[in-house]
Amino acid sequence: MMHKIELKNHQREIYFFRLRLFLSLGFVTVMFIILLLRFFYLQIIRHDYFETMAESNRIYVVPIVPNRGVITDRNGVVLARNYSGYTLEITPDKIADIDATIAQIGQLVEIKPKDLRRFKKLMSERRSLQTLPIRTRLTDDEVARFSAQLYRFPGVEIKARLFREYPYVETTAHLLGYIGRINQQEIDKLEEEELATNYLGSDYIGKTGIEQRYEAEMHGVTGFEQVEVDAGGRAVRMLARSSPQSGKNLTLTIDAKLQEIAVQAFGDHRGALIAIDPNNGEVLAFVSQPGYDPNLFIDGIDTENWDALNNSLDVPLNNRALRGQYPMGSTIKPFMALAGQYYNARPATREISDPGYYTLQGSSHRYRDWKADGHGRVDLFKSIVVSCDTYYYGLATELGIDRMHDYLEKFGFGKKTGIDLEGEVSGLLPSTAWKMKRHKQQWYAGDTVSAGIGQGYHLVTPMQLAFATATLANNGVAYKPHLVKDIQHAANEPQAVPQPLYDVKIPAEHLDLVKRAMVAVTQPGGTAVGASLGAPYSIGAKTGTAQVVGMKQGEKYDASKLSEYNRDHAWFIAFAPADKPRIALAVLAENGGHGGSTAAPIARKVMDYYLLGKVPTPTKTPDAKVSAEHD
Amino acid sequence: MMLEPIPIQKLKQRFMLHLDPVLLYGLGALLLVSLITLFSATDASWARIGGQLINILVAFTVMWIVANMPLHWLMRIAVPMYLLGMALLIGVALFGDISHGARRWLNIGVATIQPSEMMKIAVPLMMAWYFEKNEATLTWRNHFFAAILLAMPVGLIVRQPDLGTSILIAASGFYVLFLAGLSWRVMGGLFVAALASAPFAWGMLHDYQRHRVMMLLDPSQDALGKGYHTIQGMIAVGSGGFLGKGYMEGTQTHLDFLPERSTDFIFAVYSEEFGFLGNLILLGIYIFIIGRGFIITANASTYFTRLMAGSITLTFFTYTFVNMGMVSGILPVVGVPLPLLSYGGTAMVTLMFGFGVLMSIHTHKRLVKT
Repeated sequence: MMHKIELKNHQREIYFFRLRLFLSLGFVTVMFIILLLRFFYLQIIRHDYFETMAESNRIYVVPIVPNRGVITDRNGVVLARNYSGYTLEITPDKIADIDATIAQIGQLVEIKPKDLRRFKKLMSERRSLQTLPIRTRLTDDEVARFSAQLYRFPGVEIKARLFREYPYVETTAHLLGYIGRINQQEIDKLEEEELATNYLGSDYIGKTGIEQRYEAEMHGVTGFEQVEVDAGGRAVRMLARSSPQSGKNLTLTIDAKLQEIAVQAFGDHRGALIAIDPNNGEVLAFVSQPGYDPNLFIDGIDTENWDALNNSLDVPLNNRALRGQYPMGSTIKPFMALAGQYYNARPATREISDPGYYTLQGSSHRYRDWKADGHGRVDLFKSIVVSCDTYYYGLATELGIDRMHDYLEKFGFGKKTGIDLEGEVSGLLPSTAWKMKRHKQQWYAGDTVSAGIGQGYHLVTPMQLAFATATLANNGVAYKPHLVKDIQHAANEPQAVPQPLYDVKIPAEHLDLVKRAMVAVTQPGGTAVGASLGAPYSIGAKTGTAQVVGMKQGEKYDASKLSEYNRDHAWFIAFAPADKPRIALAVLAENGGHGGSTAAPIARKVMDYYLLGKVPTPTKTPDAKVSAEHD
Repeated sequence: MMLEPIPIQKLKQRFMLHLDPVLLYGLGALLLVSLITLFSATDASWARIGGQLINILVAFTVMWIVANMPLHWLMRIAVPMYLLGMALLIGVALFGDISHGARRWLNIGVATIQPSEMMKIAVPLMMAWYFEKNEATLTWRNHFFAAILLAMPVGLIVRQPDLGTSILIAASGFYVLFLAGLSWRVMGGLFVAALASAPFAWGMLHDYQRHRVMMLLDPSQDALGKGYHTIQGMIAVGSGGFLGKGYMEGTQTHLDFLPERSTDFIFAVYSEEFGFLGNLILLGIYIFIIGRGFIITANASTYFTRLMAGSITLTFFTYTFVNMGMVSGILPVVGVPLPLLSYGGTAMVTLMFGFGVLMSIHTHKRLVKT
C-alpha cells in the first residue's frame, strides 16, 4: 500500500518527522540506560571480583625457598650440607627444538654425555613448564661466558641455588638417603596434605632415609615476596615480603667416625651393622653394605649409573639393615635360654646328653647338631657357649612354638622396631596361628625343632636383632631405637629425654646366667674365641649362621659367583663392656660363612673405636687369627 | 568582504556567528576529559598531548569552516563528494595498501588517505540530498534507491575489511532512511531478512571478525589471545568501582595490561580511574551533546537539514554506544574509537565536520528567519 501525497502538508510532515525523532530519542535513552546498568553491574555489583582480577594481574607472588636443614652427627660432623652454585636450566615447553638448543649451548659450556643422559631421563618424567637442569655446578668462568649470550637462548636460564651434598658419600647412603626432584606423585601428596604452598619454589624433597623421614622439619617455611609486575611480567616494585624460615638442623645419634670404621671394616663384604647405645636407644652406627653415591640422585641419576646400581648382583640400593630379612640362626639361643627359664621349661642346671643329634619321640628322624659327635653333657650355660643345637631342639619342643612366639615377641621380633626411617619391615615370628592363617596348615612338631635354632620360618632384620640385643644388654629395659638426637630448637624449649618403651622383666639370675654365658662365648672354648682377644673390656656375644635357602639373584647369572652367593650368612651380636654395656650391636655378613670369622672382627673394630677410641690400622687386621670353630 | 578594520568585539561576534555556544560547551568539556585521560593513558606523555591538541585545532578549524558554509553549498558538494568517495573506495579495493591484514588506505601520490572516513559524511549527505530532491514525490522506490546508495559503499568497506567503519556508515545511512519515513513494514521485513541471512553473513565475515563475536560470548576461552582485549577492558572498568582508583593510579592502565589504551580502549582508562561516578559524568556530557543535537534537528527548517542533523546526532550516539559497549563487554571488539576522547586526528576531523554541519544548520536557519 502506498499513499501518494499529492498535496504536501507541511505541518503534517513535521509532525511525522518529530514522531520519528521522538522514537529515536527513546531508543537513545534505552541504550544509555543499558550502558548505565552495565556499568553498575561491573563497577558496583561485581567490583570485588574485578578488583581481585586486577590485583592478580599485577601482583605476582615469588616464593623464596628456605635453606634446608643441615644434618650433623652426634659430634657435630657435617653429614649433609648445602652449598651455593649455579645451574643451567632449560624449560622444554618454551623451546621448539631442544636438541638444537642443547647443541648451541654445548658450544659455550661443556655438556658431558652424562649430563645429556640425565637430561633425557628428566625430560621423560617432567611436569609441564618445569625447568630441568642441563648442567649443574657451573664454574664462574662458564657463568660469565654464558650470561653474555643468554639473550640468544629464550627458555634457558642460569639459576643460583643451594645444592645438597653428602660428603660421606656411600658411607651414609642408606642412613641419610637423599633428596631429589619432586615428582608428580609427590606433588599430589603435598596437595593432599595441604603443603603445596610451602613447596611452591622448592625443586627438591627428601626421597629416602633421614632426608625423607624428617622432610617436614628440614624443609623449612617458604617465604614470599609480593612483586608488582607489568603486563610483560617485569617486576616494577616490591609490595611485601615474608622471610623464609630455614629448615631445622638435625643432630643425629650417629657417630660419623664409628660409621666410617664400620663401613671400612666390612671391606668387600655385603651386609649390615647396627650399633645401639642400650641405655637410651641411640643408634651409633647404621650400615648397609654396599652403599651407593646419594649425590648422583639429587638432580636425577643418569641411565648408565642407574643401570649399574640397579642391575648389580650386590643390590647396593637395598637397605639391608632395615629391609633385609634373614633366618636368625643361632643368635636365637640366648633368647631361647631366657624363655626356657621364664616358663620354667627346663631348669638351667639340668644337663642333657648330646649324642650329636636329636630325635622326636616316636620318630627316627635325626636333627643333627653342627658337631657330628655331639657336645657331651650340656647345661644351659654351656649350650650358649658352644652353641649346642641338640640342647635347643629339645628346649624348643618342651616350650612349644606358641610360648616361644610369646616370649620372643617381648624382644621385638616379628614387629617393626619403630626406628625413625621409612620402609622398615617386620621380619617373621612364627606361631601355630600364623601358620594356619598363612599356609592353611597345622603346625608340626618338626617345625618346632628347627625353630629352636633359628632356622625354618623365623626371619629377622639386622635392625630387629640389634634392638633385641640392646634390650638384653640393658637387662630387659627396651628403648626405642632412634637416629635423631636433636632437632634444632629454641633455647628455652625443653628437650625430650628418651623414655624406656617397656621392661621385659627378666629375673636377675636368669639374666646373669645368660650374660655370663655370652661373655664366655668370646673366651677360650666359646664359638667366638677370637672376638675378645686382647680387648681390655669384656664382651658378651653370640654367633650365628643363617643358611641361604635361595637368595634372590639378579637377572645376570654369574656361574663363577654362584658358590659365593650361596654361602651361609654370618651373624654376630654383641654388647660391651659386658658388666655395664655402652654399646650393643648386630652384624650381618652376607655369605660370610661363620659368624665368628667374618662378622665378629667387624664388630670388634666398632667396639674398639667406640669404647677405646682406637682407630684400626689400615693394614688388614688379623681376620685369620680369630678362630671360629663354628657359628 | 569588508576591508576596513574591525573592532575586536566585532571580530569575536563574526567568529561566533555560526557557532553554537551550547554545543561548544559540551564539546569543550569532552575534549578536556580527553586530554586529562590521554595524559594518564600515555603515562604523562606531553608529546601525545601536543599531538592531540594539534588534532583538536585542525578539527576545530574544519568545524568552523563547515559551520560557516551556507547550506546550499553543502547540498552542492553532496553528489561530487559521494562519487569521489565511491571512486576512491573502488580504487582502494583495486590498488589499496595492505596494513594489518586490511586494505583500507590509498596512496594518491602526495598522501595516503582512508576514503572510508570521508564516506561517514558523504553517505548521509548524499542520501539526505537525494530525499530532499525527491521530497515532493516520495515513494518506496526512493527509499529503495537510497538504500542502494547506502549499500554500495558499506559493502566495499566490509570487504576491506573494516567492520567498525562499515557499521557506523550503515547506521548513519539507516538513520536517514528511518527519519525519511521508511515504512515500518519494510523495517520489519529488513529485520526478518537480517535474521534469516545471519548464517550467510557469518560465512562472509573474516576469521578475525568471527573470533571477536565468539569472544564476546565467552572471552575467557582465549584469555591470552583474542579474548584478552575484552577481559582486560572489563577488569579495568569493574575494578574501578564507585569512585575509581584515582587519577594516574589505574593499575590496568599503568602496568600495560590494557591494550590500545589511548585509542579504542581509552574509556577503560577513564573508567578505571574515575569509577562509576566518573562514568555518570561522562555519559552526562554525551547526553548533553546528543540532546542539543536533537533540539537542533527538531528545529531544522528543511527536509535535507532535518535528515542530516538527525543522522549526525544519532551517528554520534552510535559511536559512543558501540565503543562503551565494546569496552564494557556487551558488544564485540570492533575498531570504533570513543568520539572526541580517543587519540587520533582523522576520526576527530570527521566528527567535528559533522558538528560543523549541525551548527551551520542551526545558525543559518536562524539567519534565514531573520
